[in-house]
Amino acid sequence: MTAPLPPSFSGRLRELTSHRATWPLLALAVILVVDGFVAPGFFTIRIVEGRLFGSLIDILYRAVPTALVALGMAVVIGTKGIDLSVGSIIAVVGATIAWRIQEGDPHFVILLTALGVGLLCGLWNGFLVAVLDIQPIIATLILMVSGRGIGLMINLIYGGTNPSFTSPLLQGLSVGSIGLVPTRLIVFAAVFVALWLLIRRTALGLFVEAVGGNAAAADLAGVRSRLIKYSAYLISGLCAGWAGVILTADTHTSDPVSVALYIELDAILAVVIGGGSLAGGRIYLGMTVLGALVIQTLTTSILMSGLPPEYNLLVKAVVVLFVLLLQSNNARNAVLALVRRRKR
Amino acid sequence: MADTSTPRIELLGVSKSFPGVRALENVELRLNAGEVHALLGENGAGKSTLIKIMTGAVPRDAGEIRLDGRPVQIGTTADARALGISTVYQEVNLIPTMTVTKNLTLERQPRRFGLISWRRARALARQRLKRLNLEIDTEKPLGSYSVAIQQLVAIARALEDDTRVLVLDEPTASLDATETELLFQIVRDLKASGIAIVFITHFLDQVYQIADRISVLRNGRLVGTGPTAELPRLKLISLMLGRELGTVEAHLASHASLASGEPVLAAKGLGRRRTMAPFDLSLRAGEVVGLAGLLGSGRTETAKLLFGAIRPDSGELVLDGKPVPHNSPRQSLRSGVAFCPEDRKAEGLLGELSVRENIMLALQTKRGWLRRLGRDEQKRLAQEMIKALAIATPDAEKPVGQLSGGNQQKVVLARSLASQPKVLILDEPTRGIDVGAHADVVRLIRRLCSEGLALLVASSELDELVAVSDRVAVLRDRRKVGEMAGADITRENIIRTIAGR
Amino acid sequence: MTERYLPLMATVTVFLALFVTGGVLYEHFFSTLVLGHILADNAFIIIAAIGTTFVILSGGIDLSIGSMIGFVGVVMARLDTLGWHPLASAAVLLAFGLLFGAAQGYIIDFCDIQPFIITLAGLFMLRGACFMVTLDSIPIRHPFVDAFADTSIPLPGDGFLASSAIVMLVVLAGAIAIAHFTRFGTNVYAIGGDRASAVLMGVPMRRTTVMIYALGGFYSALGGVIYALYTSSGYPLAGTGNELNAIAAVVLGGTLLTGGVGMVAGTLFGGMILGLIATLIIFHGSLNGAWIMIASGVLLFLFIVVQRSLVGSFNLRRSS
Repeated sequence: MTAPLPPSFSGRLRELTSHRATWPLLALAVILVVDGFVAPGFFTIRIVEGRLFGSLIDILYRAVPTALVALGMAVVIGTKGIDLSVGSIIAVVGATIAWRIQEGDPHFVILLTALGVGLLCGLWNGFLVAVLDIQPIIATLILMVSGRGIGLMINLIYGGTNPSFTSPLLQGLSVGSIGLVPTRLIVFAAVFVALWLLIRRTALGLFVEAVGGNAAAADLAGVRSRLIKYSAYLISGLCAGWAGVILTADTHTSDPVSVALYIELDAILAVVIGGGSLAGGRIYLGMTVLGALVIQTLTTSILMSGLPPEYNLLVKAVVVLFVLLLQSNNARNAVLALVRRRKR
Repeated sequence: MADTSTPRIELLGVSKSFPGVRALENVELRLNAGEVHALLGENGAGKSTLIKIMTGAVPRDAGEIRLDGRPVQIGTTADARALGISTVYQEVNLIPTMTVTKNLTLERQPRRFGLISWRRARALARQRLKRLNLEIDTEKPLGSYSVAIQQLVAIARALEDDTRVLVLDEPTASLDATETELLFQIVRDLKASGIAIVFITHFLDQVYQIADRISVLRNGRLVGTGPTAELPRLKLISLMLGRELGTVEAHLASHASLASGEPVLAAKGLGRRRTMAPFDLSLRAGEVVGLAGLLGSGRTETAKLLFGAIRPDSGELVLDGKPVPHNSPRQSLRSGVAFCPEDRKAEGLLGELSVRENIMLALQTKRGWLRRLGRDEQKRLAQEMIKALAIATPDAEKPVGQLSGGNQQKVVLARSLASQPKVLILDEPTRGIDVGAHADVVRLIRRLCSEGLALLVASSELDELVAVSDRVAVLRDRRKVGEMAGADITRENIIRTIAGR
Repeated sequence: MTERYLPLMATVTVFLALFVTGGVLYEHFFSTLVLGHILADNAFIIIAAIGTTFVILSGGIDLSIGSMIGFVGVVMARLDTLGWHPLASAAVLLAFGLLFGAAQGYIIDFCDIQPFIITLAGLFMLRGACFMVTLDSIPIRHPFVDAFADTSIPLPGDGFLASSAIVMLVVLAGAIAIAHFTRFGTNVYAIGGDRASAVLMGVPMRRTTVMIYALGGFYSALGGVIYALYTSSGYPLAGTGNELNAIAAVVLGGTLLTGGVGMVAGTLFGGMILGLIATLIIFHGSLNGAWIMIASGVLLFLFIVVQRSLVGSFNLRRSS
């Protein structure tokens, strides 16, 4: 499958440059090569204390929460929507976990409760978007504004601020490994495969893309577009719930105010870098993960390069801008015109 | 009445092509000062292109425009306005959230000390409305008024002191009788002041009420023009709906009706207020039922009511002898009714998705989301359809938005066919496609029918209906006014029924 | 006439109701002192929200506000350590805000990208720039800061109008003039009301879009200046999340997020409602900051639902 091209586009090189995987892969490759030069041993993967160890593993390890959230976001964006509330969902999930641990629930129940909370948040967003017909940006803004407050409230139930806790199950999810591979990578792979099966092995993906592409046409073709939109927000809530579990496990604490700050932006960015258009109509799950990897690799590289971490955000912004300009016809044409004038 | 020696505006030999479509061919139009000139034609006849050329919104390929005898260049809408040519489009192109005053003065608010003087703006707005004898509170948002008032405000906005030509594109489309009369009074006043008025409508009664002369377009050509008195209703309708193309075979004797037994789909008193008056209609297997009527007569509404895309508020739908309680597109597809919409851009195509995905969508919704069609099966289905309908595409994975209009139409048709329906509802299946594809589609309809499908074909092409239909239901003003079968199906008969004489 | 002011009146009513409720519940609440404090504390966010009002009226959105507030603060503080007068650095930074906003507006229109994503890039860029200037809080020690803080106008009762509130009210007046008495202002409403029609009616899209975001940038930079002067410091994390507060203030002020309907004056009351909620919760003592967020969210929800029914009341024309 190729990305949509204007009819005048021809030539193999052009086709290659416009393939959606080309640019993100190239970006990732360039960053990695630069890293290889800057940090000797960047590509080394060792086995330390019975698990894989090395910069590449570290990148994968750290990319998991953003990638999880981005997967759900990709589905929502596929319906021509957006979910701004994912960071808040993570905060609520974190607080819920801390609370239930204090209450002494069994760990497996806590895990299910956490995911249920994510689902519940998705239920709320879906209700606003699909039933009340409120614009997605606005509808999810409501939970985005109040979600972190709800997290704080839950913390208050047993009087703690930023309560910390220990939990073997969460510990395992955070730093544990199964065989050589970090557990969270396996969890992520499982979620990815499950979502991929749901989207691509059932017709859900096609229906989502139909609704995002042209809701009126999809309705006439028998797709129940409201239900499809609803399910997208449920998926996003569930993915955010998983991310919340892992982020909470990492910090052993519930800090609703600052946990996963700006993760919605990173997730949207990952989808966009992966070639997804905010205008909806397409879901690229694999590409979205690639997008999340580009972002995390960039972040890690900035850290390793000795540049202060402060540059991280700025570099990220420049990358976004670059990718966006690349996707814009007007900007591409302007650059082409400039190049042609140069040649003359 | 008017000085007919020099027309106010003349369009001579105007032609225009869009990629794949010849929109206008050598069209002439003459308007005299102080005359209301009705411009008629079905959808896609070229009315709006002609208007857009006159108002500078679209450049012409060939031809000349003369204003009061002098050739003029109209390159942009601003040029047209400067020359005194104003347009009011069918959909009010104003800002409903802003006040009437703001709408009327948007590009030229009077200012005082650099700031807008709303006092003077209000006076200006009232003055402009006064020309139409309209007295309303100009400080209310435009959207709080009825569509008729909005339409009048749009006219007030379009009218300048030096307006010489006023184009009204379907101004009465959403007005009721009293509102229309109000509008006509104003049109008569404007006419008396010497303005030449182009009046586009699909209500024939209104044409005879207000127009001095009529021009009829069909398939991008001018097929008739003359004073209203010389174009009686029957002649007018046959001009609008006729087809001189010899590609469609006449109603063949061999096309004996294969229909038999009980109706597959039947509507009993099905209707919806303000949309379509309750009607009875039945479809039998192996039968083609045509749906005839002018633009706006309720063809699309009838088709959508039968498909469940419009929720009825009266009557019932019977499928295979069993009443369908809550119909919806999904329900219809599941029980074997498929629909191919007229406006394929807005309601049919998923432009970003591939030809394959577009074709399989309806079949997939019929199966439900869990039972996904296998990829090989999808490909086979797509290939089959591409071959059967002769869809011109390099491969099934091409985004459908990149195909030509005719092929897009075939893809939407392929989607409804792929769902393996018992009943197929086609709304304008040949709209906007070239002659070759047209013949393909007509042949296909005949073949499907002989395979035992029940078909409903809504069309503005009379000859097409005559050629394929076993029965024809005739609509007028959102009401079913007649039904004919077999040898009674002739152009003349249909036209007479539409005209109601 | 009254219909247009209905959302504004609703906002003012909510504000008054909250204020009176506070007065009933707590002693000393219903006073000009509390009112003055609310105005002073929220002046910077209201100023930024005034700029956002234009953006939202045009149907767009600006997420770069919070970062702009932070960035302006740290640069002012840094320039202070280099001996600049705060007014001089403020002038430079206001010009920067204007240009930065204009650039965002240009890219939005030229590349036809959703404002959401471009201003998101702006958010990242400015926050990143904050961290490059400093990682710590830098105090602003110039005597002007104290002079600024000491300037105030006494109000009847024992309250006073702080200098930041005065600046806010002055720029609010300017914004009202721009919104309701200039062609640009009318064009903003037109674009937000119906974009396609606005084009057909001859509204210059590019110029107007650039100006809208330039105005947004200018006002959020001014918000940053006021915040820096009010806190007499620059902190790289300052203003985090303020873009949401600003948007919430605009929505609570009766402006439709879909654009085209609303009033700049409403934003003042929207911002004050947010401030009032915070104050009420602080007065209560046993409640904590979480309630502020939740209450804001609930109010936002209520306003949005009410707005939806309002939009439905317009006779929007459909083609037959």
